[in-house]
Amino acid sequence: MKRSLGPFNATVLAFGFAFLYLPILLLVVYSFNASRLVTVWGGFSTQWYVALWNNQPLLDAAWITLRLAFTSATLATVLGTLAAIALVRYGRFRGRTIFTGMVYAPMVMPEVITGLSLLLLFVAIDFDRGFWTVMLAHVTLTMCFVTVVVQSRLLTFDRSLEEAAMDLGATPLQTFMKVTLPIIFPAIGAGFLLAFTLSLDDLVIASFTSGPGATTLPMRIYSQVRLGVTPEINAASTILIGIVAIGVISAGLLTKRKIAEEAEAEKKAAQAEAAEIKAAMADNEVPAN
Amino acid sequence: MTVMAERDGKKIGLRTLVPAIPFLWLGMFFLLPFLIVFKISLSQYATAQPPYEPVWNWSDISGYFSALSFENFKMLVGDSLYIDAFVSSIRIAFISTLLLLLVGFPIANAMARAPKSWRPMLLALIILPFWTSFLIRIYAWIAILKPEGLLNQMLMSIGLISEPLNIMGTEVAVFIGIVYAYLPFMVLPLYATLEKMDESLIEAAQDLGCPPWRAFWTITVPLAKPGIIAGSLLCFIPAVGEFVIPDLLGGSETLMIGKTLWSEFFSNRDWPLASAVAIVLLCFLVIPIVLYQNAETRRAEEGKP
Repeated sequence: MKRSLGPFNATVLAFGFAFLYLPILLLVVYSFNASRLVTVWGGFSTQWYVALWNNQPLLDAAWITLRLAFTSATLATVLGTLAAIALVRYGRFRGRTIFTGMVYAPMVMPEVITGLSLLLLFVAIDFDRGFWTVMLAHVTLTMCFVTVVVQSRLLTFDRSLEEAAMDLGATPLQTFMKVTLPIIFPAIGAGFLLAFTLSLDDLVIASFTSGPGATTLPMRIYSQVRLGVTPEINAASTILIGIVAIGVISAGLLTKRKIAEEAEAEKKAAQAEAAEIKAAMADNEVPAN
Repeated sequence: MTVMAERDGKKIGLRTLVPAIPFLWLGMFFLLPFLIVFKISLSQYATAQPPYEPVWNWSDISGYFSALSFENFKMLVGDSLYIDAFVSSIRIAFISTLLLLLVGFPIANAMARAPKSWRPMLLALIILPFWTSFLIRIYAWIAILKPEGLLNQMLMSIGLISEPLNIMGTEVAVFIGIVYAYLPFMVLPLYATLEKMDESLIEAAQDLGCPPWRAFWTITVPLAKPGIIAGSLLCFIPAVGEFVIPDLLGGSETLMIGKTLWSEFFSNRDWPLASAVAIVLLCFLVIPIVLYQNAETRRAEEGKP
């Protein structure tokens, strides 16, 4: 049954990936363009990277954005994991329907609505807008994504491991720390990364909830992009794309190695089992059909 | 579950605490803000800071109700600008979702039919753009679609067109932007259902003399229905309220409600009217959002071993 892609499917994939990657690739190429015009190739140059390095407001914004993403992703991971445990493990508690709704709705809710509503909340409770209001807003948005990632891991998880720990006398907290947490940890890590990226990327909600002195990188980029294509932003984008690509590829290689190791171990176990069964069959002289 | 709760008294404390913390958080920062939006949508614009009449006067209940005003909603119904913006948002989101299905389905199908060893890599290639900034990915299209942009240069150099196409600043650019930015959201749920499909069903149909396109319509599409529903809702709902794409690619010609809300808020500083726009938009989206939640809950529960 092993066969390669048909010509139709191969063409579809080639066009699909070209569509997804060509625009990004062009952006990267043109960030090294010596000409200020986007469409005229004026030779190779790194001048826009130098200009970027001297653009203090942009660097300040990048620093704020990184701090923001780190803080909000940390808090979102804790809250999102708790919510996932509540949804998967606590059965039908009171208010579950509303709870499920509040977990799934922020993911699809248009950002303009979420941003506006959070801003009006902060104004109503007279909370000064700035770094912390954006942080709270990002936690609210991103924790739901963490919940979904962790939830899917918890659902496919073998409960008998926890039961075994409890039978051996572990308290629920010990069971959670020593059994549950290590197993769901990769999902929690993935959830954190997702929350981090979403926070790094958000323009709309940050624009609504931010105040003076808390201009994030996307807000800065947006205000420059509205004025037209600037090579400096191409350079900034290339750096961001590079960081993401390195991160994703190294994470991919790490998990791939782990999967390969696991597959190898499984194969060996299966071979050993097969050998055992064969031996047992030979002993009992069962006709092998 | 109950057995475990009885076995250990401590579990009961945790049992309330674990759901309570995220519940309270979402109640405070997700549910409560909507009530405030609703409240302020019923308020009057005022040249003050914040720019609306205070409606927080809890001490005087009768004054509280008399301060409510439906002016903003009347204005939304009365002014064709807002109605046009709503209609055109829904139309653009609907067409984009159809285009996403047309583009995403063949990709998801090809991925699900690829050799098993390729699939993790193909999946990673679909997800990877999602990790790079949304704003940057949209921005990249400006350089391509501009009148003197790369697409026009290419088409003119191969002699397909004699003068530049005017794509930038039209709805076509918005469609391209939405399809490009939302493609992973369409492909992933479709792939998830198509991958689980039993391929021998198609083979059986073909053995019995069914032409490929009929096998596709009568077997693949019905079996992929949960993925089609999830993917379409996941794209349609945020697309209706999209702001960045129509703002950067659509120009002043494209009317979309996310843009209207943004400009009412930031340019006109009419917060009550912006709130009223948000409430109406939310009413439009309640049904698709509930459908999406049900689909997701079902999918999550099906994942149980």
